[in-house]
Amino acid sequence: MKTKASWLKRWWRPLLAYVILIIPSLVIAVGYVWLLITSFSTRTEGLRSLGWTLQNWRFLWESPFGPRVPSIWQVTLNTLIMSLIMTLIVVGVSSLAGYALARMKFPGRKGFLSLTLILHAFPSVTLLIPIYFVLLWIQKIPLIGSGIPLIGGFGYNTIGGVALVMMAFQLPFGIWVMKGFFDNISWDMERSALIDGASRFKVWWQIVMPNIKPGIAALSIFSFLTAWNAYLIPLTFTSGRAGRFSVLSLYVQNFISESVMTEWNAVAAVGLFQLIPVVLFFLFTQEALLNIYSGGRKGGV
Amino acid sequence: MRLRGKLAPYLFLSPALIVITVFFFIPLVMVFILSFTDLDMTNIGRLAWWHPSNWSLENYVKIFTNRFFPKILFNTLMYVGLTLTLFNVGMALLVALITTHINRRVGFAFRVLWLLPRITPVVVYIMMWKAMAGPAPMGIINAYILGPLGIGNGEYLLNTHPWVFVILVNGFIGASFGMILFSSAIEAIPKDYTMASKVDGATTWQTIRYVILPMIKWPLLFVTTYQTLSLLTSFEQILLLTDGGPRLYQTEVWALTAYHRALTSYFGNTQWGYGAAWSVILVIIGIVMAVIYLRVFRFRELVEEPRIDAL
Repeated sequence: MKTKASWLKRWWRPLLAYVILIIPSLVIAVGYVWLLITSFSTRTEGLRSLGWTLQNWRFLWESPFGPRVPSIWQVTLNTLIMSLIMTLIVVGVSSLAGYALARMKFPGRKGFLSLTLILHAFPSVTLLIPIYFVLLWIQKIPLIGSGIPLIGGFGYNTIGGVALVMMAFQLPFGIWVMKGFFDNISWDMERSALIDGASRFKVWWQIVMPNIKPGIAALSIFSFLTAWNAYLIPLTFTSGRAGRFSVLSLYVQNFISESVMTEWNAVAAVGLFQLIPVVLFFLFTQEALLNIYSGGRKGGV
Repeated sequence: MRLRGKLAPYLFLSPALIVITVFFFIPLVMVFILSFTDLDMTNIGRLAWWHPSNWSLENYVKIFTNRFFPKILFNTLMYVGLTLTLFNVGMALLVALITTHINRRVGFAFRVLWLLPRITPVVVYIMMWKAMAGPAPMGIINAYILGPLGIGNGEYLLNTHPWVFVILVNGFIGASFGMILFSSAIEAIPKDYTMASKVDGATTWQTIRYVILPMIKWPLLFVTTYQTLSLLTSFEQILLLTDGGPRLYQTEVWALTAYHRALTSYFGNTQWGYGAAWSVILVIIGIVMAVIYLRVFRFRELVEEPRIDAL
């Protein structure tokens, strides 16, 4: 009798724990399984495919919205450029500021650091309305406002403008993360270079930056994914879903709102197209991401 | 050379300062000014909105006398309250507690899975939920749960029970934030503590209640306050999921109202002034709470002097 009781005690508790964990986890997994099955099916009922096909991927070679709307490849290129610009500026500006905060003593340091922290917690999404006007002003600046080929410029309804706003929202987080990385590397090499008479900038660029490559990689991946996935900011600051500077999120959403329920297979394929690079990135960098997320994230839920 | 040395930190900081000025300070001042004006699509270019003679508190009166104000306020409180307690703290704690007490690798794999919704493009994520809520026979919930149990008539659940999905959709993204912080806090608790309580014959529940929870008090408080603010100001998921509907203002929350008023034209003019007034209230809550974090969570230590500087 005693053995049976202890057997129960030993087994039912972990079992119960697993069951409690698996049920809500299944909810997450089901969505991705559905996406995969649906995008290769003619129709689905629940998770059951009623026939396999590649027809849903037609959007790759013929535009589903006609010739006036940019093709998926144009949109993908836009998204890629926007994400790269945003990542580049976030990493550049954050490492400059993070370095100064980690390594230098100067009047106003404490104030700036507190400001970074306050901005990090502050919900920047509440400033979308005035930022709309800021972008309209930038647009009026000759050339950089709306006269740059490929990205349009940095004003309203341009790839550069959207990238700028996203970069600004990411910056307090970036500065904070980069400062952390600088804090954690040794000062010795830097000091000998400074004694030899190298300038602060040269030391930063040639000695310190190569030493925090993992940090740069982590922040880059994080920023890139944020930009790649973004919906609200491109929606708000470009002229529309079918515009020249449309990005993937807008393209997918356009597909959803133009489709009736029966076309969900095609919609799922477009969604999966946007998701694939994210999942690949995610699989290779999960540990780094899990770490950087514990630094807190602004925006989103 | 001396001067350059003194200037160096500011040169390093200047790009960040420019960005912060253009995208935080100027907008912050502007959102307040705009909220006192009635700037909209019809009078832009003609209205001198920067001139104090055109300022009034009219927008604020309009907010509080709005027929739907009580509904929107109630929606916001319900959205924040339920998502926070059930998922951002509740589910997060549950997942953290379980994944830290099972096989390490399996626990890690589960945590990675829970991170997935956060890293998925929001448009694609919402698409999955719409598919789950879909009508029979396509919809997953109808096909595998409600159908076999004989509940309902296989309707599109997003139309019949939008609130359930608003909370689930946001909750499954939100839970991962707390989960990560709680798991690392729980893993940092010395094993002796939980051992000791087991030796003393404490039940699992007692161990959690009297050993683990007190030890992770700070992360708990941090996640609760931080996520309250995040939820209060986030509306992207609701915008995509129900857009405040399906019935008039059924799932409209405060932040979404500000967005609808100012940046979409479904409700007539694009009313930047009126929308800004809705935002300003969130902005003030945001600033106050951000400053409180700085004081409460010992950020003084975080801003301590750099370890090394002068040669």
